[in-house]
Amino acid sequence: MSDNALIINLAYVLATTLFIVGLKLLSHPSSAKKGNLVSAIGMFIAVVVTLIDQQIISYHWILAGFVIGGAYGAWKAKSVEMTSMPEMVSLFNGYGGAASLLLGWATVSGMSAITLATTDSLVFVTVFLTILIGGVTFSGSVIAWGKLSGKMSSKAFIFTGLRELSILHLIAFFVVGYLFATDPGNPMWLYVSIALALSFGIWATISIGGADMPVVIALLNSYSGVAACAAGLAVANTILIVTGLLVGASGLILTNIMCKAMNRSLMNVLLSGFAKPVEMGEAIEGEVKIMSAQDAFYVLEAAQSVLVVPGYGMAVAQAQHAVREMQSLLEENNCTVEYAIHPVAGRMPGHMNVLLAEADVPYDLLCEMDDVNPRMENYDVVIVIGANDVVNPAAKEMKGSPIYGMPVIEVYRAKTVFVLKRSANAGFAGVDNPLFFKDNTRMVLGDAKETINNIVREFGDD
Amino acid sequence: METIYLIFIVLLAAFLGFELIRKVPATLHTPLMSGSNAISGITLVGALVASGSDNDTLTTILGTAAVALASINVVGGYMVTDRMLSMFKKKQGK
Repeated sequence: MSDNALIINLAYVLATTLFIVGLKLLSHPSSAKKGNLVSAIGMFIAVVVTLIDQQIISYHWILAGFVIGGAYGAWKAKSVEMTSMPEMVSLFNGYGGAASLLLGWATVSGMSAITLATTDSLVFVTVFLTILIGGVTFSGSVIAWGKLSGKMSSKAFIFTGLRELSILHLIAFFVVGYLFATDPGNPMWLYVSIALALSFGIWATISIGGADMPVVIALLNSYSGVAACAAGLAVANTILIVTGLLVGASGLILTNIMCKAMNRSLMNVLLSGFAKPVEMGEAIEGEVKIMSAQDAFYVLEAAQSVLVVPGYGMAVAQAQHAVREMQSLLEENNCTVEYAIHPVAGRMPGHMNVLLAEADVPYDLLCEMDDVNPRMENYDVVIVIGANDVVNPAAKEMKGSPIYGMPVIEVYRAKTVFVLKRSANAGFAGVDNPLFFKDNTRMVLGDAKETINNIVREFGDD
Repeated sequence: METIYLIFIVLLAAFLGFELIRKVPATLHTPLMSGSNAISGITLVGALVASGSDNDTLTTILGTAAVALASINVVGGYMVTDRMLSMFKKKQGK
């Protein structure tokens, strides 16, 4: 090993250590910001030390790429709305996959005829895997981004022959992979591999419905890491292997958490496009009790403890700042306020937490489902804002329900439940929610932000 | 020999990743994902060599494009994660 290579490798060890320490610091909100900085320093060291590599002889192309990419990334990071974080993460997953794909491609195209002939075919297998995973990540992420941002219909796109098409892709992967690894000098197999990977990513994602997108983003997050790891194997770079796998593990754990929270297996989510629609169980009958914002205020004024259960509807109505204001007023009134967040609330893991943090809600008030369920009886009032499935008692009570068995926030066990909804009819079309008919449930109809503002105003008049 | 080492690295890194990430609380899962975006930009390191070496035009173009894409992830990922984590505040003691 030359001195240069030794320095580079030692710096990589240091950078990897910093990534690991950074992730460790992410285990608590108070140290997380420092962890992100430590991780960024690790990245800086890794990049700078790579530039002394003797193979690099010109810097102007590198600089051009970095300036363009960096400027776009910085602009995106500054300008993105917190409600749009799922789209941004999805897009970034895609960029990561595409970067790995291009790196894999560049590895082969940079080889001379002699190198191509003498290189171990194992290298070409890893190049193929890089292109495959990178390509699927890229096209899959673009579709997920389209569905999340509303540029495409979020419905699952299903057509006859989808299953056959997928199986055909899988067979083709093996055939083309073999042909490419044994005849890497022929660029045709390379192009076919890229085309196959991109097309598979599209079909695999387009058949998954919008409600399952959180799982898909987490999984693609994982893939983008695995693609980097495969690229590391292809160019024999250990830092890519290790860090790629850290990301891969992260995405996989999140995917697993989300699947558990929906009581479904990953296979069930990925193949949801192929499943027959679940037949609805018995119809729910009962009377909905409607309450005005003013009456809701009288109940809240007397309450000692309040639990807020937000869903994506809160983000759509932009009600989080109004909710924060109501929290302050309730606290001044000697009432404790807490928030319960279901793992699949919002459109990506932890999305609700970020939106509430943006509205200045302290993170120690954000509770997980398993924390609040055992003490649900103690809450005087539970306010459900823009959430439906995650508080649906059908998951516990109705065997025929499509969500039966899913762990939910058991708000119906609280003394009183307020459900903030746009109208009494909307939302009934999907999964029927018996919560609306419970004796202790009151529906407060109207725009969520408007309703909360009305309650806040009542506090002011007092 | 070389291959065996790589397998060792893959195995250990995978286990380490699972142990580390399991400890991240649910409240930080969105920053974790955007932070993962940033870290997966490590592809930049490999792309630098492909872009700056004495290669044919195609390889230089591919390498440079990879540098640009990975830079988006590195710069954008770290910045947006920092922006998000700055929002997380503890309750002020009364």
